[in-house]
Amino acid sequence: MEDNFILGGKEFTSRFFLGTGKFGSKEAMRQAIRSSGSQLVTVALRRIDLEESQENILSFIPEGTTVMVNTSGARNAKEAVRIARIAREAGYGDWVKIEVINDSRYLLPDNQETIKATQMLAAEGFTVLPYMHPDLYVAKALVEAGAAAVMPLGSLIGSNQGLKMRTLIEVIIEEIDEVPIVVDAGIGRPSHAAEAMEIGADAVLANTAVAVAQDPVLMARAFARGVEAGRMAYIARLGKERATASASSPLTGFLYDE
Amino acid sequence: MKIMVNGREVEVAGGMDLGRFINSGKVNPERVILVLNDGVVKSDRWTQTILSEGDRVELVSFVGGG
Repeated sequence: MEDNFILGGKEFTSRFFLGTGKFGSKEAMRQAIRSSGSQLVTVALRRIDLEESQENILSFIPEGTTVMVNTSGARNAKEAVRIARIAREAGYGDWVKIEVINDSRYLLPDNQETIKATQMLAAEGFTVLPYMHPDLYVAKALVEAGAAAVMPLGSLIGSNQGLKMRTLIEVIIEEIDEVPIVVDAGIGRPSHAAEAMEIGADAVLANTAVAVAQDPVLMARAFARGVEAGRMAYIARLGKERATASASSPLTGFLYDE
Repeated sequence: MKIMVNGREVEVAGGMDLGRFINSGKVNPERVILVLNDGVVKSDRWTQTILSEGDRVELVSFVGGG
């Protein structure tokens, strides 16, 4: 079944995006990316430890994978813009996941600063994927600001709680046709990923649930299958839920004794 | 003279260029992105770039992230 999709002018065959944080080793991360079939991964930018020489994470990302820098650590639009510019000036492309967070307990995104950062970076030619709290008006403003996709959170980052925001994400999926909707954050199980795709999300981004699994390589594949299964179910059209039973076998010709 | 490196004050010799500065530490030049004040300086420009008193240097690199 050919079901490619276009995001930021690129064609993707996989609808599963993988974050690269929290893996036990860079080699495990490399193998997990491979087994997930993911063609887009996120990375972060940080100050280096001057006393320690480390390996370059980028050399562990399979060739041909789109690398998107996130703006984690940014507390406002200005800081997010700075991170994106540094990544681009350093020659690492122009794909950026906007993540503007002020609160360290819930790690909820600041929607207003996210809109500002999206406006500024889209105007500078970046391919901007904003991580956002699912609010329809904010989603519309992000599209207006030039976002390449809208990425509502399923639940709190790293919480593995799944689609707690389901109803609000469904509204965004229903109302926003201009750009893909990517469900990001809180996706803790392959069944959560499948559920996001069943309700019509265009793609899913996960990290923690894969990276901290006992076997991240196998878990990466399980998530990819979940995404595929949910996508196929969405295209095939799911049946309606009913309050009462509806027999699957014919209700005639029973083999009664009398 | 004093410069700021990743938010900490560091004493370096006057006339120090970025190439010598990087090579004087444990930093792997192949994985580091160098930001001088507000702009990235690519590695082929390091030896031609002389540090000045009060410069702010950020040494950053890509790490795993979601």
